Amino acid sequence: MDWTMTANAPGKVCLMQGNEAIVRGAVESGIHFAASYPGSPSSQILGMLGKIAEERHFYAQWATNEVCAFQACLGTSLAGARSICIVKQNGLLCVADALHCASQHGVKGGVVLVTSDDPGAHSSTNEFDSRYMAESADLPMLEPTNMQEAKDMVPYAFALSEALRQVVIIRLTTRVCHGRGSVTLGELPEANRPLTTVNAWDRMVCLSFRHQTMLDTLEGFREAFETSPCNHYEGPEAPKKLIVAGGTGCLYSREALRLLKASGDVGLMCLGTIWPLPEQWILSKLRTAQEVLICEEVDPFLEKALMALAGREGLTLRFLGRQDGALPRVGELNPENVLSAARRLIGIAEPARQKASSAPLLERDLNFCAGCPHRATFYLLKQALRREKLPGVVIGDIGCYFMAGAQPGQYAYQACNCMGSGINLAEGLGQLTPYGMDQPVVTMCGDSTFFHTILPGLVNASYHHSNMLLMVLDNSATAMTGFQPHPGTGLTAMGETVQPMSIRAICEAMGCRVSEADPFDVQETTDLVTELLHEPGLKVLIMKQPCATLMSKQRKGKVTVRVDQSKCIGDGCGCDRFCSRVWGCPGNSWDFKAGKAVIDPVSCVGCGVCAKLCPAGAIIVEGGEDA
Amino acid sequence: MKKLAYDPLNLVICGIGGQGNVLASEILASTMNDLGCRVAVGETYGASQRGGSVMSHVRVSEQWDLGVLIPAGEAHFIIGFEPLETLRIARQYAGDKTRIIYDPRPVYPGSVLRGEAQYPPIDALKAEIASLGASALEVPAADIAMSCGDARAANIALLGAFSCLPGAPLDSAALREVISQRFRGAVLEMNLAVFEKGCAAVKEGGANHG
Repeated sequence: MDWTMTANAPGKVCLMQGNEAIVRGAVESGIHFAASYPGSPSSQILGMLGKIAEERHFYAQWATNEVCAFQACLGTSLAGARSICIVKQNGLLCVADALHCASQHGVKGGVVLVTSDDPGAHSSTNEFDSRYMAESADLPMLEPTNMQEAKDMVPYAFALSEALRQVVIIRLTTRVCHGRGSVTLGELPEANRPLTTVNAWDRMVCLSFRHQTMLDTLEGFREAFETSPCNHYEGPEAPKKLIVAGGTGCLYSREALRLLKASGDVGLMCLGTIWPLPEQWILSKLRTAQEVLICEEVDPFLEKALMALAGREGLTLRFLGRQDGALPRVGELNPENVLSAARRLIGIAEPARQKASSAPLLERDLNFCAGCPHRATFYLLKQALRREKLPGVVIGDIGCYFMAGAQPGQYAYQACNCMGSGINLAEGLGQLTPYGMDQPVVTMCGDSTFFHTILPGLVNASYHHSNMLLMVLDNSATAMTGFQPHPGTGLTAMGETVQPMSIRAICEAMGCRVSEADPFDVQETTDLVTELLHEPGLKVLIMKQPCATLMSKQRKGKVTVRVDQSKCIGDGCGCDRFCSRVWGCPGNSWDFKAGKAVIDPVSCVGCGVCAKLCPAGAIIVEGGEDA
Repeated sequence: MKKLAYDPLNLVICGIGGQGNVLASEILASTMNDLGCRVAVGETYGASQRGGSVMSHVRVSEQWDLGVLIPAGEAHFIIGFEPLETLRIARQYAGDKTRIIYDPRPVYPGSVLRGEAQYPPIDALKAEIASLGASALEVPAADIAMSCGDARAANIALLGAFSCLPGAPLDSAALREVISQRFRGAVLEMNLAVFEKGCAAVKEGGANHG
């Protein structure tokens, strides 16, 4: 895969993931600097950049959070560097203040901010539409339709960023990031452009008198976008019916028109420049149209903007789209809902398709991976809380352990806001002790989240002596997004080994009382948690056990876990099928014919915790030696 | 390359996170790209690293750039790693022309293991799958892979089976070559053995409900 990122083979057609296409675009642009914090669906971009950074002579960093990443890019811009920052939609919201200041001070070297939205929230807790951020910060935004455009937009964005001295945003969506498509490679620069001296009178300072300048710059982008190669039109010269599509909507619309044999009658406008809108270009087709369908991901952003444009021009049009109800108001576009909306635009009835059965089919819930230490953590937390006279309050956070709010974590927590929020919600609750709040308060964070946003919250909680327990679920990885390094791991994006930061030492320096435990020592750790729940003040408990998926990659020697069915008593045991029903690891299955437990050899990673918990001692662990 | 039997040609690979869907779709798609086709792949896996439903859409054309998702009823092939997931996908994407191959070995959802739900009767699942496409062929992919030493190679067994289906856009030789580039040593030997057994399962006719 790395080969396609760095091959100087212009014209060669490679199959690329959208995320890879962004990497290739960055390399073709001759970037000097790249920084990101991992977030699906765009996590892979910086990981790949890190692997090729040395070869292509640029610097790549997994930053501690998105604000660090973006502001570092701004810093390098002052020296004329080309930099790229990659965030997901939630990360973009974290960057909001920096972004609104950046748009007022502008840039020197090109700065491209790639944001990945997650329509349908495949791997997010929300489907925030990042286009509002471009509008709010008065910044230009591009959105590719396919993998080829994703690559091509990166050098285009850098050129514009430097011509107009402004940050340029590229919005991706999950279908582009995780999809793959054929991409024709462009040329690689022989060497990166040299950096420039920072002159005494260079300025990148956010001040309110720059407001007008910023708006003038935005007008400059609008003019450039009127003739941008990112926008395409196909169809009749003076369409009566028109589809305006942004991002993935374009290819779905084209296919829908082909399937409906309407490509010659309905105009299709594929908009790659999302903000500011190329108004004259859009009006050139909008003026003749009577009905227009807008196909866009998440919110009716373009729909409202086009309505405003039509209103200003005094056009009378019927608008179809996400606001009008022709497309669903939530969730992602797909070929079916676009086809159905196109039928409505054209005035064709829905066909009476011979439908397959719509009887409900059993769904598969999300679960922690086989052997995941979080399963043990939440199991024992629940055990400890049940021992208390008063029920505890548990506050969640963002990471794999977000799933603890549902069955895999014994429905552990009552509240979860955004990433890094748990410490603050818990801190507030923990201050209510003198006012009648007498339930123990527990929150959690992962090791990567700890560095990302927990630190200021922990300072606050410690300084103000909140009554609460913070459990740091230290699995030595940013597991949810694919094991990216963070300051606790001693590794960097470029593969250097550095001094890891000790979470324990940091907490102690803040004046916290710190304990450590292994969630796989279920009994002892349950006792420790029970004890900590009774203690007043702020307590930190670091749960140390590496991510199972990471361990299964590193473990030497084959571990086999099996059930000795002569020892398993089945339903006669009284354990209520503990392993498969209560413990709930995907590796613990049930042999319905024998009425006994069985290990699923495909799922099991060999952690052996279930063997410790089986009351009949029927689970046997054989072989293996830990790495 | 073979001229495509359909253009666009649409293929869905479905199963459960961790079964090797993504690798299978990636191998098929990059092979078709290298043969000079325009390829689009849509992966739906979300947060389901393990245990959730996952699907990959692979679309191939000699003339168009395609969206990464296949419209309902338009799949020409469905490769299923698990019967319940195969049915879920067949209900939405199978049409009159669809050829289905799938591993009939059930993987129980957590709710079944917890006793909150029952896995549908396997014979009813098989009958409904067979009723939805032009043909449905069972390939015991996980069993083949386990007999060769590694349950995780079930995806390779299904790729082998797929390459031997009538109307498949690429033949066994092309896929075998790609697999030989991806793996080395003992792992390669094991994967090639699994691949051949998958192919043989189709040639022997499997349990064909066509």
